[in-house]
Amino acid sequence: MTVFGLRLPGMSSLILWALLWEVVGRSGLTFFIPPISEVFLTLFGIIGTPAFTKALTETGYAFIGGVAASIVIGIPVGILIGKNRLLDEMILPWVNIFLSAPLTALVPVLMVLFGFGMTSIVITTTLFAIWIIILNTRAGVMQINRSMVEMARSFGAKPLEAFFKIYFWAALPEILGGVRIGVIRAVKGVIIGQLLISIVGFGALFELYSSNFLMSHFWAVLIVLFGMAFSISEFLAYLERRVAYYAAKR
Amino acid sequence: MHQTNRSFDHLQEIVPPSAVSVRNVSKRYNDVEALRDLSLEFPRGQLTSLLGPSGCGKTTLLKIIAGLIKANSGDVEVNGVKVEGPGPDRAFVFQDFALLPWANVLRNVAFGLELRGVAKSEREAIAEKYIRNVGLTGFERSYPHELSGGMRQRVGLARALAVDAQVLLLDEPFSAVDEQNRRKFQEDMLALVQNEKKTFIFVTHSIEEAVYVSDQIAVLLPRPSRVSEVIRPTSFRNKDAVNIRRDPEYLDIIDRIWASLRNYVE
Ligand SMILES: Nc1ncnc2c1ncn2[C@@H]1O[C@H](COP(=O)(O)OP(=O)(O)OP(=O)(O)O)[C@@H](O)[C@H]1O
Ligand SMILES: [Mg+2]
Repeated sequence: MTVFGLRLPGMSSLILWALLWEVVGRSGLTFFIPPISEVFLTLFGIIGTPAFTKALTETGYAFIGGVAASIVIGIPVGILIGKNRLLDEMILPWVNIFLSAPLTALVPVLMVLFGFGMTSIVITTTLFAIWIIILNTRAGVMQINRSMVEMARSFGAKPLEAFFKIYFWAALPEILGGVRIGVIRAVKGVIIGQLLISIVGFGALFELYSSNFLMSHFWAVLIVLFGMAFSISEFLAYLERRVAYYAAKR
Repeated sequence: MHQTNRSFDHLQEIVPPSAVSVRNVSKRYNDVEALRDLSLEFPRGQLTSLLGPSGCGKTTLLKIIAGLIKANSGDVEVNGVKVEGPGPDRAFVFQDFALLPWANVLRNVAFGLELRGVAKSEREAIAEKYIRNVGLTGFERSYPHELSGGMRQRVGLARALAVDAQVLLLDEPFSAVDEQNRRKFQEDMLALVQNEKKTFIFVTHSIEEAVYVSDQIAVLLPRPSRVSEVIRPTSFRNKDAVNIRRDPEYLDIIDRIWASLRNYVE
């Protein structure tokens, strides 16, 4: 963004929005929106408190667990169905169904199957993240240049070597795109899991603050969450740009 | 069948033993019959061109020799051993280069050796040598997208040379290269055949190119493909680059091949 010929750093427009928020907050229009300065003061107040640390670790644990499972299972499955017609025809319909399904409705079933604890939350997170990773990896593998695969074979690559040295790297731009969207969905999954399955982590904090009308606390936690999700997504977008130079030239 | 050139029949030519023998190979893709009962010998240490109308099965034949696809019947022998799949005795140069876009020139050239389990320092030393041979010194750390088409094909060539296979299979290696580079490449090819003592099997669309670089030219018929004639130029092979293109036999052979292929060009 440039103002009066001055180049401003990215997202400077957020300052304007923050000002607007402050004005609305100070005008006392609604208790629902406290001034943003107050929200930030609360934020610095609650960061470091045991309740916050506990929420952060619980959420982080479920989130990392779910994302790791999605990546570790999703990428190989995506590569396999991208390479194998039969597997593709068997698995792809399910991937598409789950990708568009309202997964929140499945959470009660998970509670019955896996109990009211961490396992269910991790599985919910995985269910939110994994399908797009599979689908994107598959798309990445399917556009691999045939001659690249033949090249590897002609030089005697064993299947596992081809998997790691050709398929993974050739599909990496799409894989990273899938992981980025998957991670954003995982944030949704972990919070929904925490709210519906057992009231723990940030889910518990939301519940606590909103039922007690602690609006600045509520917004503070929300900002932390939005900020974290956004940073992770930006980091992955940065990795994506790092491999973009070859995405167009495969 | 003209096994030798008509005007030089009196010369008793010594044809080296075959490095690659293709015997009665047939290949069909579903309802397309690409090759029918094709037999051809590839003399050791020489360059044989496969020339024929588009879609006649040249790439198919090359990939069968490479072991990348299986023939429906017939067999291929390399140095007397039946081909069952890809092997270290053959290396392929791809029409579209097939370089790894995420790896630099050095790793690309060394990639064949990497897949064969050669240690990093050793394979990089070998790769350096072939990078020098194809004239890419100074570009070791460049990535394929930073190179021109001609340079990329040199990388593909260096990669195939680096594994030191006895048989090099080249599928229209110069078709994505501009005319000036192409001429330079053709001259380099001649030098390469002289120096490397390898058997080259070379697919091209260009009659001039085939006659210019080949010890033996196999003209293929349209699908289902068989060999229509094998021509072995005799008089100009040892001349230098400039004189080949003026040699009467060179011009003669070009006319003759064109005469037999023109029927198949719409
Ligand atoms: N994987 C495949 N599946 C079905 N048909 C194929 C396949 N590969 C090749 N063909 C067919 O076999 C025939 C020979 O193909 P091939 O690629 O070997 O020809 P070519 O001589 O190399 O052609 P060009 O000069 O255009 O490269 C063509 O008619 C092609 O359509
Ligand atoms: Mg071809």
